Amino acid sequence: MRHEKIKTTVSLADKQCMKMNSTDNLIRLSNGQVLSKETIDGDIATINFGPTHPATHGIFQNILTVDGEKILNSVQTVGYIHRAFEKLAERRPYNQITPITDRLNYCSSPINNLGWHMTVEKLLGVSVPKRVDYMRVIIMELARIADHLICDSIIGVDTGALTSFFYPFSEREKIYELYEEMCGARLTTNIGRIGGFDKDFNPVFHQKLKEFMRTFPAAFEEWNGMLERNRIFMDRTRGAGPISAERALAYGFTGPNLRAAGVDYDVRVMHPYASYEDFDFIIPVGVNGDTYDRFMVRQEEIRQSFRIIEQAYNNLPEGAFHAEVPEFFLPDKKDVYNNMEALIYHFKIIMGESEVPVGEVYHSVEGGNGELGYYLISDGGRSPYRLQFRRPCFIYYQAYPEMITGSNISDAVITLSSINVIAGELDA
Amino acid sequence: MQKMTNSELSQAIYALFGERIALSEELYDTLVIEVASTDAYEIIEQLKQDTALSFNFLTLLGGVHYPEMEARELCVVYHLHSWKNALRLRVKAYLPAEQPSIKSVTSLFETANWMERETYDFFGINFEGHPNLTRILNMDEMDYHPMLKQHPLEDATREDKDDRFFGR
Repeated sequence: MRHEKIKTTVSLADKQCMKMNSTDNLIRLSNGQVLSKETIDGDIATINFGPTHPATHGIFQNILTVDGEKILNSVQTVGYIHRAFEKLAERRPYNQITPITDRLNYCSSPINNLGWHMTVEKLLGVSVPKRVDYMRVIIMELARIADHLICDSIIGVDTGALTSFFYPFSEREKIYELYEEMCGARLTTNIGRIGGFDKDFNPVFHQKLKEFMRTFPAAFEEWNGMLERNRIFMDRTRGAGPISAERALAYGFTGPNLRAAGVDYDVRVMHPYASYEDFDFIIPVGVNGDTYDRFMVRQEEIRQSFRIIEQAYNNLPEGAFHAEVPEFFLPDKKDVYNNMEALIYHFKIIMGESEVPVGEVYHSVEGGNGELGYYLISDGGRSPYRLQFRRPCFIYYQAYPEMITGSNISDAVITLSSINVIAGELDA
Repeated sequence: MQKMTNSELSQAIYALFGERIALSEELYDTLVIEVASTDAYEIIEQLKQDTALSFNFLTLLGGVHYPEMEARELCVVYHLHSWKNALRLRVKAYLPAEQPSIKSVTSLFETANWMERETYDFFGINFEGHPNLTRILNMDEMDYHPMLKQHPLEDATREDKDDRFFGR
């Protein structure tokens, strides 16, 4: 609805511009758009929305041209926290690239880590035991839940519902404690190894996961009840920052943002990895592609992720927690001291001397906010010849000006939080 | 799920373009084709519009630098994805380092806008017809393209550094 309205105002303005010959009455915007002064209510002002602003949740700069409260045009600046990850990756051994991937989408770093491991395994031609797949699925779906909890609660904050920000944090804390049991870290996890995991689920992990699975659904629905049918929340988010399916596809949207526009593309279904084909889950889709739909799609994905975790945990196969890839998987410490072969492999891995085949692979996983891809070219050297990340939010964030033009500044704020743009991933 | 295999895709592409495909090989699970840089735009356009193939989605666009390969030092790599057939295709076009210039695909896929800007920023590849070809991640004042191989990072295997000076 709102989207169509914007278009008519602009085309009306264009018509008026054509009628008038005197340029005094025209205002040219930097995006090439021309407005006549009659269509402007108040004064045109330029304001900086970001780079460091409490409402931007990261380093995002948008230079807005506003007419009163209405946004006429927006110019984005990205790159404030560019850390040259793709260049850095060209000198690091393969196992040392995992910490770089942590710092892409840091709301769901385990997905990035495991996606990278799967890319290297694809290059090496390693097949991992079924148990590793299921363990990976559990960790990745936990990460997806943590990611969506943050994103959806932040939409609440930006609509003025601060309470709903605190509720999911107790659940996210449980997920972070599970990460801690697996890898010792919480945010930048560096979880897993090439070939599997460095250790199996320990008894504390089992106990905490069971506790999480027991308490999460009720806690989630309690929090969900604060927002989902909340009159104020719905009025604020419905129709805010909409994008149609065609536009979303043209802009390369993937993940929940694309599904909210009504396209059911999901990497887990189209190109299953880590045995996702074993699990029964549905892909929620929205209709209008607005902030409320994006919120609703993520909420349903949390429920589906929980279902996947249940299925994976209840059917967790027996077996090894890593594949036999001694060239990449660090041996046990006691073997390093007592076994010559293990010592050699340990040394080779630490010094980055393991042999890698020549080749190039593209592998992608369904990240927290879209298709997270790794394009890896190996020339057989100790580091990748070239590694390119497909960072979903870098690709879809370019649609943001189009999504907010014509709306109010407050809608721009909730649109930004609802498309789940993560500064670390955006700027690489 | 998969409705077309890579070999069928390869046959279909050869039937469509014939001689215009310089090289085609299957690397891991993806078909890779190499095309002339002057021809890349038309081929991608046809791949997108062909109803049977329908490569409707541009997944990734980026550059690679091969300094040893004469007159084809730079490579633009397009990852296309056909959702109809659940198939990926990698299209490569090589460019000489002196005049790295290729037609922009922004008119086919708007998503290419920032990816081409990033590739320009990193490799200095000029995308003709791009609406706003400026640096995106690095600062505008930068006078080199950092992903080119002539700008190496410090050698990770060097041993001449005295750890005492680095707090280790």
